[in-house]
Amino acid sequence: MPRLKFFLPLAAFALLGILLFRGLSLDPTALPSALIGKSLPEFALADLHTGEPQSRESLVGAPMLVNVWATWCYSCRVEHPFLLELAERGIKIVGLNYKDDSAKALQWLADLGDPYAISLADTEGVFGLDLGVYGAPETYIVDAAGVVRFRHVGVLDPEVWQADFAPWFDSETAGEAL
Amino acid sequence: MRSTLFCCCRLLALAVLFVSLPAGAVIETYEFSEPSLERRYHVLSDELRCPKCQNQTIADSNAPIAKDLRFLLHQQLEDGASDEEILSFMVDRYGEFVRYRPDLDARTAVLWYGPAAVTVLAFLGLLLHLRSRRRPTAGPEPSAAELTALREQIKQLDGQGDSPR
Repeated sequence: MPRLKFFLPLAAFALLGILLFRGLSLDPTALPSALIGKSLPEFALADLHTGEPQSRESLVGAPMLVNVWATWCYSCRVEHPFLLELAERGIKIVGLNYKDDSAKALQWLADLGDPYAISLADTEGVFGLDLGVYGAPETYIVDAAGVVRFRHVGVLDPEVWQADFAPWFDSETAGEAL
Repeated sequence: MRSTLFCCCRLLALAVLFVSLPAGAVIETYEFSEPSLERRYHVLSDELRCPKCQNQTIADSNAPIAKDLRFLLHQQLEDGASDEEILSFMVDRYGEFVRYRPDLDARTAVLWYGPAAVTVLAFLGLLLHLRSRRRPTAGPEPSAAELTALREQIKQLDGQGDSPR
């Protein structure tokens, strides 16, 4: 018994060590989206290019990404080349221009290239609010039935794609091939 | 008397340590049609958590999203929404995370009961520790030979006359 007491501090230290080490690889700011497994909310927004009204129905139909971006968002510029690459690979990306100046946004797309199949102008951030967006960039996976499957907050780069997005898209296309 | 005063001051200082005053970072002002709405606005904005700057309430935060949520809160209050309606609206979009006082369920039980459980455990531990200390440690009884030897020693010491009394 006294010998056991002697090792108690060491055991406590080891336990704390494990706990803190695990904490190193956790991201405390990562929030699960409240929308996972739920239907993409309805919206009535104007198309960024044409100004025509767009709705949920005009989007849904195939697996897609919904990318929230803005010209004031520096990280969006960082992830932009990768979005172009994804679009080239045939991934459908819907762009949600969030709380932005539409003229600046169009200029951005003209300068850097346009990876978006459809661009929505959410100048007031109303749809962003319904999505639970709290910053840009954010990227959502929405399946063919219009159900939100995944949300990534921050830059979408090849690493994140491989880890969190590719498995879902691969299984989805495999299902279509069968 | 002085020591009592000193003690009081120390207690007061300690109490102040554990009280944090909000920094008063409210940016915009809203007009309310009724004073009761304004009261509820302050209560709710102090209970809703900013999703971006995670350790601030939306009343404290300067982040654009917090501003949006305050705007929304004001709008919903003026539209006559109940507290429950407003909170569930926020939770539907930002998750249970957005509330500083989340509903009690399996995931938040640790949050609600954890501190009380730890306190109870700590007191139990303290109690056990104190009780084990008070109990006299009973060693082995001295043998008859030891007793006579001890008595002999005492007698000798008394005889020397150098006891303090």
